[in-house]
Amino acid sequence: MTLTRPAAIETALGKELGEELDRIRADIIAARAADDARYIRTVIAAQRSLEAGGRAALAVSLFPPAWAAGTAMLAVAKILENMELGHNILHGQWDWMGDPAIHSATWEWDFLTPAEAWKHTHNHLHHTWTNVVDRDRDLGYVVFRMSGDQRWRPRHLAQPLYNFVLAPFFEWGIALYDLEPDAVAAGRKSWRSLAADLTGFLGKATRQLAKDYVLFPLLAGPSALPCLLGNLTANTVRNLWSHTIIFCGHFPGDVQTFTEEYIDGETRGQWYLRQIQGSANIEGGPLFHILSGNLGHQIEHHAFPDLPSNRYAEIAPRVRELCEKYGIPYVTGPLWRQYGSTWGRILRFAVPGK
Amino acid sequence: MPELLALASRLLDVASWLTSPLTPDDYLGLIDPLLGARFPVGRVTGVWPETPDAVTLALRPGRGWAGHRPGQYLPVGVEMDGVWQWRTYSLTSVPGRQDGLLTITVKVTPEGRVSPQLARRTPPGTVLRLVPAQGEFVLPDRLASRILLVTAGSGITPVMGMLRTLMSRRPPHPDVVLVHSAPCARDSIFGSELHAARRRLDWLDYVEHHTRPHGRLAPDDLARLCPDWPERETWACGPAALLDAVECHWGRAGLGERLHVERFQLDPVLPPDHDAASGGRVLFTHTGVEVTADAVTPLLVVGESAGVVMPYGCRRGICFGCLTPLRYGRVCDLRTGEVHDRAGQMIQTCVSAAAGPLALDA
Repeated sequence: MTLTRPAAIETALGKELGEELDRIRADIIAARAADDARYIRTVIAAQRSLEAGGRAALAVSLFPPAWAAGTAMLAVAKILENMELGHNILHGQWDWMGDPAIHSATWEWDFLTPAEAWKHTHNHLHHTWTNVVDRDRDLGYVVFRMSGDQRWRPRHLAQPLYNFVLAPFFEWGIALYDLEPDAVAAGRKSWRSLAADLTGFLGKATRQLAKDYVLFPLLAGPSALPCLLGNLTANTVRNLWSHTIIFCGHFPGDVQTFTEEYIDGETRGQWYLRQIQGSANIEGGPLFHILSGNLGHQIEHHAFPDLPSNRYAEIAPRVRELCEKYGIPYVTGPLWRQYGSTWGRILRFAVPGK
Repeated sequence: MPELLALASRLLDVASWLTSPLTPDDYLGLIDPLLGARFPVGRVTGVWPETPDAVTLALRPGRGWAGHRPGQYLPVGVEMDGVWQWRTYSLTSVPGRQDGLLTITVKVTPEGRVSPQLARRTPPGTVLRLVPAQGEFVLPDRLASRILLVTAGSGITPVMGMLRTLMSRRPPHPDVVLVHSAPCARDSIFGSELHAARRRLDWLDYVEHHTRPHGRLAPDDLARLCPDWPERETWACGPAALLDAVECHWGRAGLGERLHVERFQLDPVLPPDHDAASGGRVLFTHTGVEVTADAVTPLLVVGESAGVVMPYGCRRGICFGCLTPLRYGRVCDLRTGEVHDRAGQMIQTCVSAAAGPLALDA
């Protein structure tokens, strides 16, 4: 899986590739305009309306059709909120609008982890060191072994089970992961800073849990129990969905991983190359892409994490064409295939060996 | 009534537990932008010309509007091509008007971007962003009995807010002399309204100075038009040249204490390229450190080498972990060459360099 860099040829390729990708980036930056702003505001309005509608329906969810409709609306609202809004706004994709209401510095999302903590582990660590063994903690999220370059330990035998359990509780997994307890154990993070992060997490999580599992059920009166179950279902569906999209964007079988030596002296073009080789796309229609926060275009997202998500579909053919031109594998496929391939990888690296 | 408002705001506080991490305002704003208090807005209700190149806009402010004092200015956000552009305009209306409206008067800068949009392409119904009114160029609670107002061009706008407020008050009124300078009668903003007011009000004297026939207004003209100027509390607003002359004149007479001056912050006149080539002085406001930066070194590096503890992240422009507010000045995005100069804007310091003197909140 791990590449060793054939120096000369790849340096030349990296330079040209870097320039061509920079051109795509510049084109989109120059083209950002009112239509893009309208897009993100429409998604925000749709998300808030769905959430309000879902909450209202769940308030009378003793009536089964109201439960089904309310739960569905709330689940879709939560998916939109995390994926197309939270993830992308926190990447700074919409900072160019100069709108304090839609800005990476002010946005907070419906997620157990505070935005600030998540931006550190995701935007900084993951997106800078994508798929570099020992640098990108997202490569297996500390608990999984996803590359032959990661040392095998007996606990990895159970990683199919971890994954099975993680999926419905994904936001809890991410919240624990964002606290970086492994870094504290390794001495790279202080106890004091862990305590500060823990305080932030507890404050945020309390509000999110109180809302879904105490306050709204109480307000629903006689519908309290179905309302609580509806909220639980919506959160679980959201967790299963985001887990699926994120794992399928990073771990299908053909996605490359890299060593620290490999990235030594990496140029801009080589950085792009690593982002492309370290991600996988998922094919689907426009609705699928909106619901996945356009992370079906994970390759484009990793190459240009701060370009507005609604533009990835437009960039994708150009990136793919470049990959064909330079003979770079472009890992893509329908959801079922990427999902199967991801599971294959989890199983393959559960046992020792390259 | 205040009790009712306090109760409503208490209820919204409680409801924020149900809308967390959003606020109830985010939902109210979806119904009508004017209902949201988190990001105050105003809806344009009327637009009318004052002169060939000045236009007044009436705005109905939303729930987040906290009021103003006569003479203050208002930062206004206008959406253009998806980007909110911010400019400040003086408020020309009386605070707390019966109909609840605010007015701003916009002088069109022909080569500008925002003022032509506001003046010519902002139909009633347009929603503009607002920030709380600002500025210390205001009428005090206890007024002097004799007042001199000196204005030129669009410098009349904050003074008009003051005068209209005085006109709306009950007697006794202070004795007011307003000397206003404009190229000609046609270009004198509020000219006919002020002439009419002078005829109607015994406490107001209004003098127009026309620069096209008579040249710029000078302190000597003031002494001629208002001989008792040293005995008057004075407010002056207009181009820098006039204000410099007035300040110098009052200072020499030892009357600096009685002079209040408002300088409009003008858009930079130098083209971006000129500044971008040279870098500039960078002030880090929290730490008080000031250093010289060239035009190619990222501001993150500039700060860190000067010992400032800066927020940082990936150091290559991808993670947005280094965002730092720009207090004033101009920065250049090293990747795109784009120049940013809006106060309060968040700057990616790891990929931005100085494009002239600037200050960062770090």
